[in-house]
This record gives sequence, C-alpha cells and structure tokens, in this order.
Amino acid sequence: MKRNTIILTSFIIVVIILSILVTAYYTGAFESKRSKLVISTTTSLFDTGLLDELEDDFESIYPIDLYFISVGTGLAIEHAIRGDADLILVHDPSRESTFLLDGYGLCRKIIAYNFFVIVGPEDDPAEIEGLSPTEALNSIVEAGRNESLKWVSRGDSSGTHSKEISLWTIAGFVSTELSNEEWYIEAGAGMGTTLGIANTYLAYTLADLGTYLAYYDFGVPTSGKISLEVLVDEGQELLNVYGAIAVNPITQEGLNFEGAINFIKYLISEEGQNLIKEYGQDEYGQSLFFPAVELLKENTDPTLVSWIEDYAFIDGEECPTEYQDDHPELYT
Amino acid sequence: MSFEILEGLFEALNLIFSGNPTLYDITTRSILISGTATLLSVVWGAPLAIILGLRKFRGKTIIKSLFNALLGVPTVALGLILYLLLSRSGPLGFLDILYAPIGIIIGQAILITPITVSFITSAIESVDPEIRDLARTLGASETRASISVVEESSSGFLLAIIASFNRAIAELGVALMVGGNIKGITRVLTTTIALETSRGEVVLAIALTIILLSIVIVVSFLINFIQRRRG
Repeated sequence: MKRNTIILTSFIIVVIILSILVTAYYTGAFESKRSKLVISTTTSLFDTGLLDELEDDFESIYPIDLYFISVGTGLAIEHAIRGDADLILVHDPSRESTFLLDGYGLCRKIIAYNFFVIVGPEDDPAEIEGLSPTEALNSIVEAGRNESLKWVSRGDSSGTHSKEISLWTIAGFVSTELSNEEWYIEAGAGMGTTLGIANTYLAYTLADLGTYLAYYDFGVPTSGKISLEVLVDEGQELLNVYGAIAVNPITQEGLNFEGAINFIKYLISEEGQNLIKEYGQDEYGQSLFFPAVELLKENTDPTLVSWIEDYAFIDGEECPTEYQDDHPELYT
Repeated sequence: MSFEILEGLFEALNLIFSGNPTLYDITTRSILISGTATLLSVVWGAPLAIILGLRKFRGKTIIKSLFNALLGVPTVALGLILYLLLSRSGPLGFLDILYAPIGIIIGQAILITPITVSFITSAIESVDPEIRDLARTLGASETRASISVVEESSSGFLLAIIASFNRAIAELGVALMVGGNIKGITRVLTTTIALETSRGEVVLAIALTIILLSIVIVVSFLINFIQRRRG
C-alpha cells in the first residue's frame, strides 16, 4: 500500500514537471528571432524534393524559416483564403486568377513550367504513343468503352485534376459524365497513389513529370515503383505553369507578407531560378522544372512564351497592375 | 515481389543502424509529442475517471457510454474539426497553435482522452468492492478508502496510459491536418511514412514503419514486464 502511494505521488510530480518543461519548450520560451513563413504548396512541387533544396538555400540567406504545407492546389488556395498560409505555390492559372481577383492574393509571379505527361502500360492497348493529347484522349475513351483499358483520374481538386478536366473538355468530353463510366476510375488521392493505382490496373493516367520520375522503376521491378511508360508528352495542351502568390495581408491578421515577398524575390532571382533548372539532373539526368522568369522577360522562345501567355496570364498580364501592390520591381 | 519487400526491409534496417540523424530526429519528436499528449490526457482524464469509477450519481452511465463511443473517433474527423477551430479565421485562431507541435499535442490528447477515461474507469470498477469496505472497517476515512481502491487499480492505470500513448503515436489524421507535416517542426513518424510513400521513397517509409512498430511493441512489453514483477 505505502509503496503504491509513493509511486503514484512521484508519478504525479513527474507529470507536472514534464508538462511545464514541455509547454515552455513548445510555446516558444526558447524560440529564435527568425520569422516564420507558412507556404501552402502543391504536392507536385513538394513531393519531388525541390522545395527542400530551395528551403535550405533560402534559409541560409534570409532570417526566415519556411513552413511548407503540402496539399493539392485546391486545398492550398483554401488555406490561403482562411489566412492559414502566407504564400501559395500552385499550378492552376484559372483558380489563381479567381484568387487574385477576389482580393486574396498579391504579387503573383510565374516561377517555372514543365509539361504534363500521359502515361500508360508499355504495350499501349489504346495505341496513343506519339499522338497529340486530344487524339490520345479520344483513343482512350474509345478503347475504354470497348473494355480494353482503364483510366485513373486524380479526382481530388488538385491542379493536375483541373488540367485533366480541361484536357477532356478540349477533347470534346465532359469529365463528370465520363466518371460514371466503368472504365473511368476516380482515385481521390495524390499523384503517387494515383500512379500506383494506374500501375496496378495497367491503366492510363495524367501525371506531372516530377512525381512520375520519382515513381518510375527505370526498368527494374521494385516494390512501390511503377512500370508505366510516358506515351504522350508533347503539345501545348499539356503545359504546366507554376505560380507563386503572396496572400494579401488584409485577408487575416498576422500574415507574414514581407516574408512572402522576400521568398518570391528569391524564387525569381538568378540563384533560385538556377536551382529550379538544375534540380533533378543528378538523380534523373533531366530537369523536372524549367525556370520561367528569363524566358518571359527576354522572350527567348516566342512559341513557348505565347503558350504561357495564352494559358497562364491573367487579363494579358502575369499579374495585373492593381495586384502588384507596391512591388513593381518584381515585374521589371 | 516478396524479395523486393525483404530487400526494402534490409535496406531499412541498414538505414536505422547507420544512425541517420533525420530518422532519430523524427523519432524523438514523435515520442515527445505523443508522450506529452498522453501526460495531458492523464492529467485531465484520470481525475474524471476516478470520480466516474468511485462515485454514484445521475447521468453517470450516459457519460460513461459517451466516452466509450468516442473510443473509435476517426482521427481525420477530429483533425478536420481541430483545423477549423485553430485556423486563423476560426474561433480559436488567436491561440496561433496551428502548424505547431503544441497543436498536435492538444489534438492527440483530446483524441486519446476517451481511452484514458474508459480504461481507468473500468480498472477502478473492477476492483473488488470488498477492499473499500474492508478499508472502512479497519477505520479508514471515506477518502482514505477511495485512495486504496485507486491504488489497487494501478495496473489498469498503466494499461490505460500505454493504450493511450500507442494510439497517439500511431495516429495520422490529427498530426497531418493540425501539424501540417512541416520539416523539423511537426514532422512525426506517421506523417513521414505517408509523405515518403507518396514521394516514392518506400525504403525510408519501411524504416520508419519498423521504428514505429518497435516503439509500440517495446512500450507494451515493458509495461507487461513491470506488471508481472509487481503482480
């Protein structure tokens, strides 16, 4: 009896001391003077590991700690509207435009681009290899209705999902109608999981190149990796443009707008752009993302620039003047 | 295929024993966060459980069934509710604990409170009522008699703590939605497993899974061992 009492009492004392210590630790009694910048980002940028690399470099230059929250573009924008993020990194121009025009965002910058790819089984039952995206989707629908293949859709309101919906529209279909058909599978998951499902069903899907390469088994069957091949990777319709938008400080109290501007400045600096360009070279022998700043400024590839202007500009501009805040230097 | 899983396992063990600093960092953070959450749930759950176990009052059954029902609350559901509450535009946004370890701690503590309360209550209730009577017959006061009942149920206490800790460290929903899986701040074992899997880094995910399982198993064995020695 006595021993039990001692154990119980000492336990309670330990609990109290630990609670005080831990609370002090976490509530910032030992916190540094660095400011914190919360960035809600699309998974396709985050899952490739690019942002980790940018983070290390940025944090060594600025006294700002980056907090990345990796979600789909849809949720990233939702976070920003609720005031839970200081900056968003997304790839969905039409939703970015709404976000800006609704007054939630400022200082949008296009930071990078690449192309989506349509991947599928090596034997390619729909025979889409080398076709244009529109032709490829038509073949897939036809073959799907003949029960010879399946299509896996992200179905999660991400930027990639938006792209898929618009591709179906361009090809003459309505994605919500297709989703009732048996060959059309809605994953409701991130890119990695979606690729895994497509791999299991030997199905076709739309993927961003970065995640696809991270998952590809390079000819050696490996658990958790996929053997789907890139079948369509060319065409204006597959363009994928990444934008950075600072959250308007009037959205919510306590937003770190200054930090957001600093990060945008870093992303469009020569250093940041070079890092984006070189990322992936070591591991995959190719870049996963291409820097967009110099391209747009110098118009080095007029065709590509016109594609980006068509697809990702808002009212003919990267960021309409009234949303540039007091930072015209970002656009010169 | 099974060979590849074995290979993955082997590589994972290699990673664990090579002393990868990130791995240890994440593991320590997980134990700290979930350990603190367990402490919190005991701090507010144990007194409640003792009252529920010892006293008789109206509505007691309702409270008990409520906690029993909450045992299986889905972690994503709780994660979502907490996110909406703690969001800057939510009612508790002023606390500024979203995307911070303290947010996960409180979330997990709420998640496991039903376990703590239900387990301790039933441990106390299962103590032979004669012990209390005996204590009183021997001249103990009401309070003193109650204390001896609680003392008798100490092994049930330990079980409650372990079950709570294991649920906390193994849950994903709250850590992901309230913590945000931020590198070096709120990245814990379960969120890293989810992240690395979605990044296609299966080996690291397997390594972390092994660590997570080891923690859960070791803790359970340890308690079993203590109980056996005492009992």
